[in-house]
Amino acid sequence: MKDWLIPVLGAVLLALLPLMVEPYTQDLTVKMMVFAIFALSLELLVGMTGLVSLGHAAFFGIGAYVTVLASPEYDPGSVAMLLPMAVLAAAAYALIVGLLSLRTKGAYFIMVTLAFAQMAYFVFHDTRLGVSSDGIFLNVRPVQGSWLDLDDKRHLFYFVLACLVFTYSLLALVRRSRFGHALAGIRVNEQRMRAVGFHTFGYKLAAFTLAGALAGLAGFLLAAKDAAVNPALLSWHESSAVLLMITLGGLGHLRGAVLGTVVFTLLKEVFSTHSLVGPLADHWQLTLGVTVIAFVALLPHGLMGLPQRLRSRR
Amino acid sequence: MDAVNFLVQCLNAVQYGLLLFLLASGLTLIFGIMGVINLAHGSFYMLGAYMAFVLTPWFADSFLLMLVAGGVLSALFGYVLEWAFYSYLYERAHLQQVLMAWALILVFEELRSLAVGNDVHGVPVPAWLSGSVPLGELMTYPVYRLFASVACIAIAAALYWLVNRTRLGMMIRAGASNRDMVRGLGIDIRRLYRIVFAGGVALAALAGMIAAPMSSVYPGMGSSVLIICFVVVVIGGIGSITGALLASLLVGFVDTFGKVFFAEYAGIGVYLLMALVLIWRPEGLLSVRRA
Repeated sequence: MKDWLIPVLGAVLLALLPLMVEPYTQDLTVKMMVFAIFALSLELLVGMTGLVSLGHAAFFGIGAYVTVLASPEYDPGSVAMLLPMAVLAAAAYALIVGLLSLRTKGAYFIMVTLAFAQMAYFVFHDTRLGVSSDGIFLNVRPVQGSWLDLDDKRHLFYFVLACLVFTYSLLALVRRSRFGHALAGIRVNEQRMRAVGFHTFGYKLAAFTLAGALAGLAGFLLAAKDAAVNPALLSWHESSAVLLMITLGGLGHLRGAVLGTVVFTLLKEVFSTHSLVGPLADHWQLTLGVTVIAFVALLPHGLMGLPQRLRSRR
Repeated sequence: MDAVNFLVQCLNAVQYGLLLFLLASGLTLIFGIMGVINLAHGSFYMLGAYMAFVLTPWFADSFLLMLVAGGVLSALFGYVLEWAFYSYLYERAHLQQVLMAWALILVFEELRSLAVGNDVHGVPVPAWLSGSVPLGELMTYPVYRLFASVACIAIAAALYWLVNRTRLGMMIRAGASNRDMVRGLGIDIRRLYRIVFAGGVALAALAGMIAAPMSSVYPGMGSSVLIICFVVVVIGGIGSITGALLASLLVGFVDTFGKVFFAEYAGIGVYLLMALVLIWRPEGLLSVRRA
């Protein structure tokens, strides 16, 4: 019972949030929810399947770029058209990358995914497809009929929340399914899974493609939120930041991915805000860096391991 | 492209490749022996370049002495760093090390900004290396770039001797091919780790010091070379110094000639090369690990 209680309570609290807070906090929450979807998609790979990818931002960035590039220039695009396009484009690239990179293992896999992400980064950074190395603006945010207009802050908030709930539930279902158990088996011992007759490559490829598709969804939402994209979305900094979020939260828990995203985004926001930390805000990299070092040194299992660690101290 | 132009591009490719080798050889050893994906390696390159900028006024008449001093200082720095931040992470998952390195990059960038500021600096080419050599009738080639290649070759040769002809090198090679067996034979693996890490930091810093007079010294210069270094390590095969040398030169040529012939797609070339190599040989060109 406890398994679903906390996420459901969290979703209800989030749904009530826009009624209570000022626009700044609401914006920050939307940003956190978008990155939570992105982090959850990576958790499917790293936490559930044991595939550490350092190129996940490619799918995120492709989703965002497709949204902007496929939007009409001066009219609002349609959500029902743009969202599937963003998701499918990201999934298609994930399928190709997966086909090639899943042949390698461990550290090599980390590096190959990174290389494919860098290739995508340079495509948008250097060639005409990406228009300009500074990025592109989205002139009008997408709408759907007359009932959904992502230009409206509240509509955007609830739409992103709905996507987050969808992603979380989908992954929770995957975890409990036969497919999810097979992925867990691959994480623990791939050799043995193959020995009992599982076609592990197919399972890993399916997980990789699904993770890419969900990252594409997050990319669509980010483009709709910021109304702009730039090549930095695909860079390895972004890939390592999201890896950082799920590790910080604690691998192997969906909640950990969300928690890590929230904590990381808040820490960065707090450390770089002048009104909160004074002149130290100019040196946020130092404070954030030292904090993360402390987290790594003291919390080997991430924030989700904190309660147990406190218990064992006693 | 005429013959002289071609020669100039070749010299550039070799020089870039050799510089990459200094960076990648340290990285491949750290990666291969310690199993640490050290994302902070680019920071050591930056550290070296800034060290060249800071030390130049002190060593006005002896560039070589400065290189030696910088190498020693950075090795000491690496030794302490391994003890303070990495020594307790080996038993943990790769990801924890990635996290730690990521945080260290932030800290180094900020400390650099506090100590030297965020301006772009130039480091003067030492007077005795400032000329250029005529090539053909029209072209010239700067002496310093030739010196950079020679210096890299000298360091590479010293490294080759150390790894292939000394007892320490024997332990390093053994560690790269089978870590647990080395520990089982009673070699103090922690000390070996610390030495390898210090050596890797020193090599990266030397690369930074040698590169400083050719390129300017600027914030974020570490992260631009870091990923290329990883590409070199993976193409060459993790833990293999010879593989790193081969891969560095390959990457140097692909990058230089990619920029000449396909300017728009030049950024992609190196990654395409890596993808092709890994499809052909998933363990890199010269893998030392018997999986």
